[in-house]
Amino acid sequence: MEAYISLAVKAIFVENLALSFFLGMCTFIAVSKKISTAIGLGISVMVVQSITVPANNLILTYLLAPGALSWAGFDNVDLTFLGLISYIGVIAALVQILEMVLDKYFPPLYNALGVFLPLITVNCAILGGSLFMVERGYNFGESVTYGVSSGFGWALAITAMAGVREKLKYSDIPDGLQGLGITFITAGLMAMAFMSFSGVKL
Amino acid sequence: MAQTRRTMLIDPLVDNNPITLQVLGICSALAVTSSLQVALVMTIAVTLVTAFASMFISIIRNQIPGSIRIIVQMIIIASLVILVDQVLKAYAFEISKTLSVFVGLIITNCIVMGRAEAFAMKNPPLDSFIDGVGNGLGYGLILMLVGFFRELFGSGSLFGVTILETVNNGGWYVPNGMLLLPPSAFFIIGLIIWAFRSWKPQQVEEREYKIQQVEAH
Repeated sequence: MEAYISLAVKAIFVENLALSFFLGMCTFIAVSKKISTAIGLGISVMVVQSITVPANNLILTYLLAPGALSWAGFDNVDLTFLGLISYIGVIAALVQILEMVLDKYFPPLYNALGVFLPLITVNCAILGGSLFMVERGYNFGESVTYGVSSGFGWALAITAMAGVREKLKYSDIPDGLQGLGITFITAGLMAMAFMSFSGVKL
Repeated sequence: MAQTRRTMLIDPLVDNNPITLQVLGICSALAVTSSLQVALVMTIAVTLVTAFASMFISIIRNQIPGSIRIIVQMIIIASLVILVDQVLKAYAFEISKTLSVFVGLIITNCIVMGRAEAFAMKNPPLDSFIDGVGNGLGYGLILMLVGFFRELFGSGSLFGVTILETVNNGGWYVPNGMLLLPPSAFFIIGLIIWAFRSWKPQQVEEREYKIQQVEAH
């Protein structure tokens, strides 16, 4: 249990996907102008992340890993080189399914998140989460924890960023830094703040 | 076609840079800039993938049904990235270890998708190829600039060759460890954008709120 909690804290704060691995930066910069949209996007990322990381974990363990196909009679087949294409396929398909399910059963939620869902397929944070899961060899339980908490960390970062940017638009910024430039510097300062968690050990 | 092929290649370098102006492809880029060598490998990989993905998508652009075009593009891009990944693992294993997940993340690099969607779907293969090379190089330019500053001042070397002798090795330079950490990449890119926009003032964004000059009473 403690291992899971420490994994979650690490994924949320210390190894925040947005601020220490620069994942999902395009949307992080583009959609962080207003707090309400940022929260919407953050929640969608969290939902998708919590589904795709465990799903990709299952795909890896039962289809791709060396010897994983032994249940089908293929003992020494190693399909790991197909990893990238299957993960992105799973992500694209899951996002599509999620969109349809939400549309059918939870229309209010669909209306709130609908516009962001297609964007999420190409969000590096989602694919990055799955790739980190593969690289670090998480088991199923760990990958569920990692999916939920890394998604939460990303949501936290983009919401905080939107809060800062809402105030920032009233300030007197040099012309060349206006917009994109100052956003990067703000993100840098936030990343520094998040780094101070790195001493935390559980 | 108003643009000549030459401007297509040069334009994305400064005037229409994918990172500083189009805000594309920042995602997987910044974490790999702590040393120049890795940044160079990443640049080559991204340029190749962008160029060939644009070309292949452009070849079959009239056959792709509109509703599933994203998936088709994804599959082409993913196949190319798998190729790059396998080549790197075979011939440059050390670098492929340092790049870790970021090679895979070229798939979701917005530059590749963005160029496929915005250019390759409407233009013939050769033009798309050149456009892909141009954008890959524009991305690489920023990557190399950031990598240059981070490696030179962070560890006192360029391409692994010592330029500034550090204190630990008996030299005089105290390396700025901060530059090896992620936040510094944000600052450097922010400053590069500032420099670019002071050079080319037409890129400056409009202010949302202006400071009013109030007359003194």
